[in-house]
Amino acid sequence: MPRINSCAELEELRQEILSQRDPNKPCIAICTGSGCIALGAADVVTAFKDEIKEQGLDIKIDIRETGCPGFCERGPLLVIYPEETCYLRVKPEDVKEIITETVLGKKVIDRLLYIDPETDEKAVKESEIPFYKNQMRLLIGDNIKIDPNSIEDYLAIGGYSALAKALFEEGPEKIIASVKESGLRGRGGGGFPAGLKWEFTRKTSAETKYVIVNADEGDPGAFMDRALLEGNPHAVLEGLLIGAYAIGAREGYFYVREEYPLAVENVTKALKQAEEYGFLGKNILGSDFNFTVQIHQGAGAFVCGEETALIMSLEGHVGEPKPRPPFPAVKGLWGKPTNINNVETWANIPLIINQGADAFASVGTEGSKGTKIFALVGKVKNTGLVEVPMGITLRDIVYKIGGGLPGGKKFKAVQTGGPAGGCMPESLLDMEVDFDQLTKAGSMMGSGGMIVLDEDTCMVDFARYFLNFLADESCGKCVPCREGVKQMLNILTNITLGKGKPGDLELLEELAEVAGSSALCTLGKGAPNPALSTLSHFRDEYEAHINEGRCAALSCKELIAFYIDPAKCKACGACIKDCAPEAITGGKKVIHVIDQEKCTKCGSCLEACPAAFGAVSKMSGEPVPAALPEESRNLG
Amino acid sequence: MSEILLQIDGKEVAAEEGTTILVAAQSVGVSIPTLCLHEKLEPYGGCRVCSVEVESRGRSSVVAACLYPVEKDLVVTTRTEKLDRIRKSLLEMMLAHAPDSEPLLELAEEYGADKDRFEKEASFCIHCGLCVRYCTEVKKANALGFINRGAKKEISFIPEIASKECWDCKECFELCPTSALQAAFVLIEALTAPPQPTTKSCHSCG
Amino acid sequence: MDSGKIDQIINKHNADAGSLIQILLEIQNENNWLPKEALTRVSETLAVPMSRIRHITTFYKTFSLVPRGRHEVHVCTGTACHVRGAERVLEAVEGVTGVNAGETDPDLNFSVETVGCIGCCALGPVVVVDGEYHGNILPAEITKVLQDKK
Repeated sequence: MPRINSCAELEELRQEILSQRDPNKPCIAICTGSGCIALGAADVVTAFKDEIKEQGLDIKIDIRETGCPGFCERGPLLVIYPEETCYLRVKPEDVKEIITETVLGKKVIDRLLYIDPETDEKAVKESEIPFYKNQMRLLIGDNIKIDPNSIEDYLAIGGYSALAKALFEEGPEKIIASVKESGLRGRGGGGFPAGLKWEFTRKTSAETKYVIVNADEGDPGAFMDRALLEGNPHAVLEGLLIGAYAIGAREGYFYVREEYPLAVENVTKALKQAEEYGFLGKNILGSDFNFTVQIHQGAGAFVCGEETALIMSLEGHVGEPKPRPPFPAVKGLWGKPTNINNVETWANIPLIINQGADAFASVGTEGSKGTKIFALVGKVKNTGLVEVPMGITLRDIVYKIGGGLPGGKKFKAVQTGGPAGGCMPESLLDMEVDFDQLTKAGSMMGSGGMIVLDEDTCMVDFARYFLNFLADESCGKCVPCREGVKQMLNILTNITLGKGKPGDLELLEELAEVAGSSALCTLGKGAPNPALSTLSHFRDEYEAHINEGRCAALSCKELIAFYIDPAKCKACGACIKDCAPEAITGGKKVIHVIDQEKCTKCGSCLEACPAAFGAVSKMSGEPVPAALPEESRNLG
Repeated sequence: MSEILLQIDGKEVAAEEGTTILVAAQSVGVSIPTLCLHEKLEPYGGCRVCSVEVESRGRSSVVAACLYPVEKDLVVTTRTEKLDRIRKSLLEMMLAHAPDSEPLLELAEEYGADKDRFEKEASFCIHCGLCVRYCTEVKKANALGFINRGAKKEISFIPEIASKECWDCKECFELCPTSALQAAFVLIEALTAPPQPTTKSCHSCG
Repeated sequence: MDSGKIDQIINKHNADAGSLIQILLEIQNENNWLPKEALTRVSETLAVPMSRIRHITTFYKTFSLVPRGRHEVHVCTGTACHVRGAERVLEAVEGVTGVNAGETDPDLNFSVETVGCIGCCALGPVVVVDGEYHGNILPAEITKVLQDKK
């Protein structure tokens, strides 16, 4: 493949690629992102390839292995073009029928379609499915259209035209002005105006500058960047190239967490292809812009998502954050001006250049422009990645797109911002989601993790969970974080174990002030937030744990007891069979009784008891009723 | 180097660009407490005892004076109720590790810190880093370093290097505000010292 | 692991101290763990103090200074997996392998680790066994998967 040396050559190649593609040729686009692979997508792909080969249809039907389109709850999933028919929860056994009935026969297989749980309405096309329809999928919508390992697929959907425009029509000053005007704010958590950061880096005079893609997506519950890197690495690279050109950097890095092997693989392939085609290296597209890029992997440290710790890691050190000022824009990697942005931030750049700053800014709110990809996970029916315009309400995300909570459970809260974030209870469901509103509500945008919690989630334990995570991930350099997080964790752990004492909450708030104010970096400074946020909205739960020994969510093992109601027990023996510690006495026609001393609170009895009887329940905060005397336990 | 004008505790201060708040404060007789600072070493910013409140362009925050560079029109306050609360808590958390540390106890008196506030910790080390930094920056021997992270972080001697360098040096010992260093060294001595002849017989080989 | 292979990896990264972590990752990928001899070789060749290497190999969770088991089991304990029952899955994994999180059994059969987030949050709980992802996994299901590997 000879290198592309001009815009004209790029457009020629693009037209050539398009002319060789027949839009009416059947194409089966199957998601092979990490999520669908975990659900067995690889077997589905193999089944398709085998069946197509067997039927001699190789040249008649294309298979495209794509990245994640977002409806992870319903994977493995696929879209059949040109009709755009979308099938969900596809199994290898369905493959033969799909080829015969749908691909060749143009008939739809109802059982594989999305069926609305309320109206029973079927959606045939991907774009008709409410989960997708209610989103604004400017970035992630491209994933199903391309094979991430094919640069030509990316070119076919207009890829690298923004780079050409940036290099030959705009120039660095105009690019930066556009990004500033667009209002794009960092998508990694900080929400700092991207254009401003680029400008600072550009203005610092130095021969060498760096640009970095922060792909150390460490927030538990967030996987937007994984989907973008696995599914459309060229979009991220194109954004990086435009940024590098505008800032004056000739070298760049992708810092990808080690836990994302498929992302590393796909980015590696993309970089190789980009180089072959002339989008990397010397004289890109025939301009005087030279740029090379390397991939560095993380090694299992959440703190390396913090930009100064990431820089330390790139320099071959432990990820201990550095004080700011000086900011990386002035003194970053190897002491040079460095611009670090999150994956999703970079991915937005080609959009801004292509459609213009005004068009980009027409989406979103006053202070937060554009769309945001959220990882909608937890106790919600439609889990997956959702891309929505800033300003959409939490209610719309959770209910309209997410489909509400499963199991008939009651909504309790939504958590955003990862370990530095906070919870929004029901009273805040109508909040218009954007950077400033989330901060005002005591949380933050964070990288995009959005976790739905229901009545079974203990908010004290939830706060404890985050502090436990941070205690493990703290770099340990400064006292407020190293010691403070540990002490806060101790207090919360004791409360969940029923050992809470008066004064605990006040001490927690005191430690929150110390860490929140004086910690070295944002890991430490944000550490108190989950505790403070849950305290502010669910203080009653904390107080019940401490003063009444009661866990309202019936979750904290030390504070709950399992009880078999003798009036409902039919002595069927189901729970006895599943009780590992053999804590249940009784037998056929002898009412079952749980020995509280032996019970390990595993919950097997609750699961085993037939729904028709419903004799097992959890209780908290009150003494377990005394067991019936043995003589009274015989059932008729 | 340009001169920068800022305010510290109500006093007008002129300082060269690149000077830290701590040094600028010292120049006008304002002293800020420190623990992990040492004149021979690069400032570390680990203990956060030197935390001060700064206000700039309408935004206020708490920063480490030993590291934060002076800025034009910065307004610095080195002693407030909030800072006192922070320093008190920091000291109490460190005293849980090293309740007999003289430097800690001295500061504890000033800030009303209670050494029994938190449950006693197993390790004496408060991670001021003075020993590691001294060995790396001044002696350039790298005989000891850190291992692990978070609350599990520890100082650790490299046996092969310590056995050669440390016997005749031990300069880091007097820097240690607690007895953590001595304890660590005694441990490494036990692991690397050649077996001494004794009158007792060894159980395994007599 | 022979020093020739280690030198090869170091040279691939131009013996650049900045690539220290990448070099160690590659050595561990080849060798399954990081023996002391490998670290000494890296320290000498890159002229990097052993104290720095020891901090790096204990700071970053990916590195193992002891041999790991034939089968690597990573249990995700991220928030989304946590609220969907990751704890019980972990209990099941520890039960069937006899290995606690962060450890390897003496016969080097299984190494069990918890991971802060694997990135398949919509499908929690998630377990990765020898690089194979298992989503929406129940305790009974992962028990079967691991039984079959014994």
